[in-house]
Amino acid sequence: MKTGDTLSQNDAVSWHLVAALVENKPGVLFRVTNLFRARSFNIESITVGSTEQVDLSRMTITTKTDEKTLDQLVKQLRKLIDVVEVRVLETSKSVYRELALIKMKAEKPTARMEITTYASIFRANILDIDKDTIMVEITGTPDKIDAFKNLVNSFGIIQLARTGVSALPRGENV
Amino acid sequence: MLGAEALIKALEKEGVDVVFGLPGGANLPIYDALVDANLRHILVRHEQSAAHMADGYARIKRKAGVCFATSGPGATNLITGIATAYADSSPMIAVTGQVPLAMIGKDAFQETDIIGVANPCTKYAFQPRAAAEIPETVKKAFYISESGRPGPVLIDIPKDVQQAREEVAFPNLIKVRGYNPIVDADLSQLERAVQAMMKAEKPIIMAGGGVILSGAFSELQALAELLMAPVVTTFKGKGSFPENHALAMGPIGMHGHAEANKIIIEADCIIAVGARFSDRSVGRFDEFGKGMTIIHLDVDPAEIGKNKAADIAVVGDVKSSLRTAVKMLTKYKIVKRAIDDPWLKRRKELIDYYADSIKDYPRELTAKKALKKLRELLPHNAIVTTEVGQCQMWASLHFDVIAPGTFFSSTGLGTMGFGFPASIGAKAAKPRSIVVDIAGDGSFNMTENSLAVSVLDKLPVIVFLMNNYMLGMVAQWQRTFYKRRYSGVHQQNCPDYAKIAEAYGAQGIRAQTMEELDKALKKAMNTDVASVIDISIDPEEDVYPFVAPGTGLKDMITGA
Ligand SMILES: Cc1ncc(C[n+]2csc(CCOP(=O)(O)OP(=O)(O)O)c2C)c(N)n1
Repeated sequence: MKTGDTLSQNDAVSWHLVAALVENKPGVLFRVTNLFRARSFNIESITVGSTEQVDLSRMTITTKTDEKTLDQLVKQLRKLIDVVEVRVLETSKSVYRELALIKMKAEKPTARMEITTYASIFRANILDIDKDTIMVEITGTPDKIDAFKNLVNSFGIIQLARTGVSALPRGENV
Repeated sequence: MLGAEALIKALEKEGVDVVFGLPGGANLPIYDALVDANLRHILVRHEQSAAHMADGYARIKRKAGVCFATSGPGATNLITGIATAYADSSPMIAVTGQVPLAMIGKDAFQETDIIGVANPCTKYAFQPRAAAEIPETVKKAFYISESGRPGPVLIDIPKDVQQAREEVAFPNLIKVRGYNPIVDADLSQLERAVQAMMKAEKPIIMAGGGVILSGAFSELQALAELLMAPVVTTFKGKGSFPENHALAMGPIGMHGHAEANKIIIEADCIIAVGARFSDRSVGRFDEFGKGMTIIHLDVDPAEIGKNKAADIAVVGDVKSSLRTAVKMLTKYKIVKRAIDDPWLKRRKELIDYYADSIKDYPRELTAKKALKKLRELLPHNAIVTTEVGQCQMWASLHFDVIAPGTFFSSTGLGTMGFGFPASIGAKAAKPRSIVVDIAGDGSFNMTENSLAVSVLDKLPVIVFLMNNYMLGMVAQWQRTFYKRRYSGVHQQNCPDYAKIAEAYGAQGIRAQTMEELDKALKKAMNTDVASVIDISIDPEEDVYPFVAPGTGLKDMITGA
């Protein structure tokens, strides 16, 4: 994003992926989340994990916001000393995935059948079954996970855990 | 060497000559190392004042001031001063003691997570976990604090780290990879900015604190004179441009000069230099600058578009950006606006109009007359700071700063109690200058125990106490917005400030009339001890003009 030019006056809210490389040391996640809180940036998900470089972590942040707030979010993130690099990823030029674990009621055999069928259509894995429940693991874009969740909602979701999104730019882009 | 010794040596290597602080259990090793140091230590009576002194020192020296405190309450007492420095982008290194590493997280005696507390009001906070880390930490702290957009940095040192004896090395070069404070201004953006400046028929320069922080005084003046553009400042930028200059219009804002607030809304092009379009300066963001070309020069990319979208933005140190802009303009050999140009005539017209239409308060001694007297008697190179409230806004309105960089105030945070300790810090930075704190009684109350420092450490300053025995600014808002229902604003003639001064060995002088004020000032300027001039101000005297919060500059009220 340019620092120089006129900001677009577009205040339509849309979904954005922000990727950051940060120092791999204690306190960094606190500094980032404290910044979001202090400046009222609305974050949908944030993931942190190791990278190909031992001393750097990759953070992926998703947010629903307008262009002006996104511009501020990126610039304020860049100001943090422990944040080495920040980029807004274009969804069409990146791969982004989330993982969810969903535990559902499945007392009747028909329910088990149905859930197993849906799972295979969504390429989800059955991780655990006991006499009353099934746990499914699904990986995909947040939309796909939403779709699956809506589909199985009627069985009765007992517990659900989503990891938040991880993303990398496609191809040779780094 | 011990961690504490490494700290002192590292500070000395950074050229630190004075530190302000107060000891306690968790920084005893540091205080022990101070005994053999080549540093002047100034013992404060409250850690908040140590931070304000370091801040005042920094604003005059234009390098980081240093303050020390112990863990827990010592460290939290610093926070108001650190937050004040952060809000005004002032460089500062705050060194706190911490409980030993093994005790951290155990809710130990005097343990506070000061890194967590300080996070939102520091540029960075370090906690070295070994003595050998200290020299590099100090070097990084100074680099981060003083470069780019300056600000405070905290170094929290566990007591066992201070006491550890380790092999330490002092690096000459350090690198912080996530921190690239200086961006070279984009020349094509500057070129666009210069074109827009030349095209403008009614250009106005809005100079902010960034001009003072980068010392871009002569560059700003050169730009103004080349363009023959009137110059308004933000309050933080007061003193970035000589206020007796033929193009000067004074500060804009909530209590800005009427002519400045008026002219900026008539301009067709605003050249904002090192300014952040704060609500106190520009009123409503949506109204301000509508239909005008906004050119924004700032060192901090995050300021671009934060409060106000810019048509042309130039990110970089404003001193170098201005220098380049001036070179470009000189090359284009622009034809200077003649003095009878309609825009410059308009400037004169507005100044004359408001000089006549804003009436002074009907009393023999008024805030305005007192401050004009102060200006008349003080040499141009005297350093002036303020407390917060009406006293501060009167200073902004009626005290003209002539020599650039000789005025500062807590403008971003508005911290009562800042001015007096900060004036002592300024005196430590420039001992030969006369230093004055334009104070209100409520504010002075908050840190008046710094009189001990002013007297004992021979850092005499003049407290120009505009005493209405009121939390005057709050009282004014209660008069204006709450139908005179006063609540919690009366100081009830307590205390006697001349006696307070005398109790500390300072000079206390009362001034009830203009004649007494004249004498008191001359007396204060001619002694080498701190003076408190207790000036009687009518509790009903208001500050005008006034742009009420949530309104625009055009809605300015010029009198009751
Ligand atoms: C630490 C702090 N507490 C409260 C305030 C709110 N406040 C702003 S101005 C003011 C009154 C200041 O009174 P005084 O110092 O006597 O100055 P005056 O307005 O009378 O000139 C107050 C209480 C503040 N700015 N800072």
